[in-house]
Amino acid sequence: MMSTHHIKVNVNGQTHEADVESRLLLVHFIREVLNFTGTHIGCDSSSCGACTVMLNGRNVKSCTLFAVQADGGEVMTVEGLAQDGKLHPIQEGFHQEHGLQCGFCTPGMMISAVALLKKNPNPTEEEIRWGLSGNLCRCTGYVNIVKAVQYAAEKMKSES
Amino acid sequence: MAEVNGLGSSMKRKEDARFIQGKGNYIDDLKLPGMLYLDIVRSPYAHAKIKNIHSEAALKVPGVLAVITGKDLEKYNLHWMPTLMSDRQMVLPVDTVKYQAQEVAGVIATGRYAAADGVAAVEVDYEPLPVVVDPHKALEPGATKVRDDKESNKAWHWEVGDRAATDSVIKGAATVVRERIYIPRIHVASIETCGCVADWNAVEGKLTLYMTTQAPHAIRTVLALVAGHVGLSEERIRVVSPDIGGGFGGKVPVYPGYVIAVAASVLIGKPVKWIEDRSENLQADSFARDYHMDAELAADKAGRITALRIKTVADYGYTDAAANPSKFPAGLFSICTGSYDFQTAFTEMDAAYTNKPPGGVAYRCSFRVTEAVHAVERMVDIMAHERGEDPAEFRLRNFIKKDQFPYKSALGWEYDSGDYHAALRKAMDMIGYSELRKEQTEKRKRGELMGIGISSFTEIVGAGPSHTFDILGIKMFDSAEIRIHPTGKAIARFGTKSQGQGHETTYAQIIAEELGIPASDIKVEEGDTDTAPYGLGTYASRSTPTAGAAASIASRKIREKAKKIAAHLLEAAEEDLVWERGKFYVKGSPDRAKTIQEIAFAAYTNHPQGMEAGLEAVDYYDPPNLTFPFGSYICVVDIDRGTGQVKIRRFVAVDDCGTRINPMIVEGQIHGGLTMGMAPALLEQIIYDADGNNLTGTFMEYLLPTAVETPKWETGETVTPSPHHPIGAKGVGESATVGAPPAIANAVVDALWHLGVRHIDIPITPPKLWAILKEKGVALEE
Repeated sequence: MMSTHHIKVNVNGQTHEADVESRLLLVHFIREVLNFTGTHIGCDSSSCGACTVMLNGRNVKSCTLFAVQADGGEVMTVEGLAQDGKLHPIQEGFHQEHGLQCGFCTPGMMISAVALLKKNPNPTEEEIRWGLSGNLCRCTGYVNIVKAVQYAAEKMKSES
Repeated sequence: MAEVNGLGSSMKRKEDARFIQGKGNYIDDLKLPGMLYLDIVRSPYAHAKIKNIHSEAALKVPGVLAVITGKDLEKYNLHWMPTLMSDRQMVLPVDTVKYQAQEVAGVIATGRYAAADGVAAVEVDYEPLPVVVDPHKALEPGATKVRDDKESNKAWHWEVGDRAATDSVIKGAATVVRERIYIPRIHVASIETCGCVADWNAVEGKLTLYMTTQAPHAIRTVLALVAGHVGLSEERIRVVSPDIGGGFGGKVPVYPGYVIAVAASVLIGKPVKWIEDRSENLQADSFARDYHMDAELAADKAGRITALRIKTVADYGYTDAAANPSKFPAGLFSICTGSYDFQTAFTEMDAAYTNKPPGGVAYRCSFRVTEAVHAVERMVDIMAHERGEDPAEFRLRNFIKKDQFPYKSALGWEYDSGDYHAALRKAMDMIGYSELRKEQTEKRKRGELMGIGISSFTEIVGAGPSHTFDILGIKMFDSAEIRIHPTGKAIARFGTKSQGQGHETTYAQIIAEELGIPASDIKVEEGDTDTAPYGLGTYASRSTPTAGAAASIASRKIREKAKKIAAHLLEAAEEDLVWERGKFYVKGSPDRAKTIQEIAFAAYTNHPQGMEAGLEAVDYYDPPNLTFPFGSYICVVDIDRGTGQVKIRRFVAVDDCGTRINPMIVEGQIHGGLTMGMAPALLEQIIYDADGNNLTGTFMEYLLPTAVETPKWETGETVTPSPHHPIGAKGVGESATVGAPPAIANAVVDALWHLGVRHIDIPITPPKLWAILKEKGVALEE
């Protein structure tokens, strides 16, 4: 029998505790133990980025980490983007610029975009494209995703 | 009142709110009480006899409840199923496996990880058998037979056109160009894989099947036909297609995993979830293309195309599990005469069985149109170059002219409308064509490799008219059911199913246009067979041509009844009423008016005596013809002589899909289609070795374009409405996937023609191109 560990993880501002198997992936902990199903799974080789979340302020692929590695840490998922009922500028950007179609890659894509804007509030188009190169989208052709990030960058500048 | 947002409004999408907040309802988000998990044991061999399946160790794994094999299903005659092409497919094998990654056994467990542990613990004794991978060899006499139930490896032969006339025109032609064009096997790889939750309710005797399907109603009927004998009759099956994370045709077929989950749920009496992982998806689900085409194009002295002949060997894998209309085994490949005016053509195809998973299924394409367009657009370019002509000039000379529509093509289609000259000229203006040609000449003098490629495609979408189009006998109509509530709001349900196309918005806009009810007041639902009217689903760009038309016609039926109610309310004769979007008024007295909302309220509170209460309508729309969207794309590439990399500098896409319902969504569809056109042109290919091993079974080998490889697409439009569609619209979701690959391939060959390069098969990857540059003595090696 696989050993279990007691972990404590802050997800979207709330602390959750659970006993988990050593091998439980962070993405399954988020989706199946905590029921935050906005974080998706699109591959098994860390290639697609659908599972991207923030862990301690950095964007990570949650299919490539064990839940125990997040013990004591802070996780933000798509469900944590909106604050006090107000959409985050990146969410607004995706809606306004038609940056999503099927919506499956969207949560991971938005988290990567937020991480990019945190590091680089004024990215060029080239920098946006490289910043999102760990996230695959099969529907949009990326043109409007780039515009969505530019929208958010502008909005965040005007708000700060 | 809210804005109406009818046709032509780029209103923001209604479905976005849940997706941007992580509240979508995708299949893997569903959790039912007591739910079990299915994981699947798959074959490592492409062809092998199964000598024994040992389940004992697996059954000892904590949480594992059952191991289901083909022999278990055979007791209920559920070990096989018919494909949508009336071929046969194993659900689970009883004695042999026919392709690598084929399902061998299902493990049912209380959790996802336990099920995977169970799969690892199942031991299977295989006896490997000879493998047939090459479809040409498969068709040779004496080849190892893939199918025990067939005479040979030839799945079918199909031909259309005038063989003798084509032979004779080609023989006597001034110029004939010939080329073998291979379009390799590719995979749609939607970011969400396939999956389902089968929930058998033994007390009610009802199965609810939540599944990733683009065609829920057809699936329900197929299930009833396959499993009616074990009690699953059609009224006892409810198929629910939740939010779908991309489809592109890959979610039309019925995969064995769905059926195993259903069988497990019925046998065990609990809900069973099956979710594919990416490797399973890339190795076992249906594949597209894999067409080997020998094409010949003839022209007269004046440079007019006179004939086309294409002979294709198509690799369909171990079974024909495509979803083509049943009278069209090769789909709509006969659109291969393209945008050009000539009346002699012949095309034939042999479909081969091989030891691979089912092929010939879609990749964002209306039934093999992509293959046909790639062939003709490559051949037209080769012909132009061969004659020393500009490919644009050659096309402009040979296009069907605007005043020739409706146009009867050499292979029998009636193109509904078109203006090909306008689209190409617009694309040339947008990109600055003549300047680019000058630049190319200059660069060539300096040894730089720059190419300009054109593709002027004609698509055929919106299957289809019931006299010709059916799948398993079910006619390819589609449907809309609209109910107006007393307060003037509405709910509308459809037989189609969006996978990201934005139906919740665009269908509402069609109804808004027809009735004047704001689109934001109209709730659109699809995908639940217990509530939605019957329809054949969403694929092959058919939703707007069929269900979109049904939305329009059902709205007009409602308007007819609304007129009677308005006449009653206004105490006027019906013939004296005038419709202006959203209201009826009395001719000459615009003040005497009733809005659609007032009429709706009256339909429930004050309707004329003798009239039924309520305000609703259903329409099952049988399109009189298909729609023929078209466009001209121009691509400019620069080739890196040091790496063989193709850099797309600019790409202009001028599309004509008739009336645009929501221009923002149309443009988004084109951006996505262009990217899925570029992908197989430059990156994607599923490769098998001689033993039938898939060498490209994960995203590490099968390369989807990221934001970095994808260029900044430039789009333009012309508008030629479809004359037979109620609002003049044509399908658009796949135009760009069809049009983009030859534009890119033509650009690369255009850059190299002067070096003696006539053709390069896609994908044009850096190693492939670098080898060609080296052979031609222009590669930089330092």
